[in-house]
Amino acid sequence: MIVEGRAWVFGDDINSDLLYPQAAFGLPLDEAIGYVFRANRPGWVDLVQPGDVIVGGRNFGMGSARTAGALLRRLGIAACTADSFASLFFRNGINTGLPVLACPGVTAVVEEGQRVRLDLGTGLVRNLDTGAEAQGARLPAELLETLTGGGVLASLERRGLIAPPAR
Amino acid sequence: MAAARPLTAVERILARTSGAASVRPGDIVVCAADRAVLLETLFMPNSLNWRDPLVVAAPERALIVFDHAVPAPSAAEAGAMTRARAFAERFGIEKVDVGGHGISHQIVAERGLARPGELLLCSDSHTCASGAFNCAARGVGGLELLQVVCTGGTWFVVQPTIRVELSGALPVGCEGKDAFLALAARFGSADNCNLEFTGPGVTGLSLHDRRTIATQCAEVNAEFVLFPCDDVVRNTLAALGVHEGGRPGGFTPAVADPGAEYAATWALDLSTVVPQVATPGAVVGNVIAAADAGNVQLDQCFVGSCANGHLEDFAVAAALLRGRHVATGTRLIVTPASQQVFLDAVRAGYVAEIMAAGGVVTPSTCGACFGYHMGVLGDGETCLTASTRNFKGRMGSPDAQVWLGSTRTVVASAIAGRIVDPRTVDAAAGASAAGASAAGQGARVT
Ligand code: SF4
Repeated sequence: MIVEGRAWVFGDDINSDLLYPQAAFGLPLDEAIGYVFRANRPGWVDLVQPGDVIVGGRNFGMGSARTAGALLRRLGIAACTADSFASLFFRNGINTGLPVLACPGVTAVVEEGQRVRLDLGTGLVRNLDTGAEAQGARLPAELLETLTGGGVLASLERRGLIAPPAR
Repeated sequence: MAAARPLTAVERILARTSGAASVRPGDIVVCAADRAVLLETLFMPNSLNWRDPLVVAAPERALIVFDHAVPAPSAAEAGAMTRARAFAERFGIEKVDVGGHGISHQIVAERGLARPGELLLCSDSHTCASGAFNCAARGVGGLELLQVVCTGGTWFVVQPTIRVELSGALPVGCEGKDAFLALAARFGSADNCNLEFTGPGVTGLSLHDRRTIATQCAEVNAEFVLFPCDDVVRNTLAALGVHEGGRPGGFTPAVADPGAEYAATWALDLSTVVPQVATPGAVVGNVIAAADAGNVQLDQCFVGSCANGHLEDFAVAAALLRGRHVATGTRLIVTPASQQVFLDAVRAGYVAEIMAAGGVVTPSTCGACFGYHMGVLGDGETCLTASTRNFKGRMGSPDAQVWLGSTRTVVASAIAGRIVDPRTVDAAAGASAAGASAAGQGARVT
């Protein structure tokens, strides 16, 4: 699985409450996405374009179990890479169908606005503007399968364990 | 023939629940959960995590707890509870409804459902609280919990384990929160590693302090957190009718094999701990001595949450507040972790003492801990909290400042109106305690 897009770069320790503030709880998805990064980067949601990629520092997504991956997907984020992920965010990424690639050193080779290519099968991240590369952790086949299958809801639906969405 | 790889206690549980003979860091295992705890938040309108299952793998191992916003602050939460009740009814799942409610990690502790050697999953990041009972417990995403409900299990990457070797005893005036903050100050983030507590220092820690520490380990990004199963745990569970022994019914503690591999050892002498606070934003990198906080004026002080809404916290608060008053311009909010804690605190006289001193005691809920209701912060306000987390915006406005400290530090600071080392107030309180204790409340302050 290969994803290419324009990078938005974030620092270390971006936490779950910045990604998905409690004020967004219970709102329809299209309203909830307006709250993403409101506290640390107001206005970002109006600038982000479908197909963009997030590049985070260490411990990206630390904190709560909130399903931030679903909000990022709805905003059009095509993938997320970071020097390291908090495991709950990483798990939520796979489970919501948001490609996530842990890549130590990725913030050293990507600046905001540059185009990057993520190869989830090999773990390689390449800066398409500068040619610089960083080697991340390849996603095991089991997880790649959940991801490409559209995440947990799609998988449970295919297995007949939950009903398709109403309508 | 190669000898079996010695396993850490966490690896033992992952091996048993996945049916593997052995596991090692890096493996992906699919584990069957011994218990799945669902919260009302899963059932909120527009939930991203829930679609009613057509199949429930093990209804007898599931529990639905209403805890985050109880009683319902708005129609949305009320609707979530209605949906949750209908779901519980349809599949015969036990639920903990308004009236007997409490924060899920407290409820499983009170009911003896956090059991040694077992795997417990819940869609809350502080589920590691149950690690105090030698139970491998962790937060998973809501979607994963749905998967657990439907299929009985989910996947984990086996992570490296750090041994936390405790020695000594906590000095008077220090709590589990201070011990945790001292660990975070000294060793930083556990970065997706498991933490196994061990050493002679564990024995002297009350279950209350162990539960605070286990809960807080979410703030150093730990995966599974495990305390040993000792007599403190055994006796507590025995009093609840839960005993060691072969399955089903009885539990088998998880013990590390001799020679098990640990990624690192964190050693802490508890006797070196002093009252600590974490400055706003996060815990790692932000821990200082409470005495060094400077002149931080407080709008709100909060005692509550799964980490510090226990009866012991009420006892500490009541003892400190006896014959004293919360400072003008500061509000103190105290929230019990469960209805049971609330009732016990009322019966012990703690609630009256806190209220007489100008504190507000709310019903049991997560409430202010996650900035949802019952003590939300406004723009520009400063709060010192004994709850779990000090992220920007965590307790309400992103422009509010949230400091973290022990219950003693929070209550002493509420009396002073600014952050103080609680030992200064303790000492002063000691001088007048003889007269005040004539009231005979006899709070257990240990
Ligand atoms: S009290 Fe706070 S940390 Fe504990 S479960 Fe509730 S929201 Fe989470």
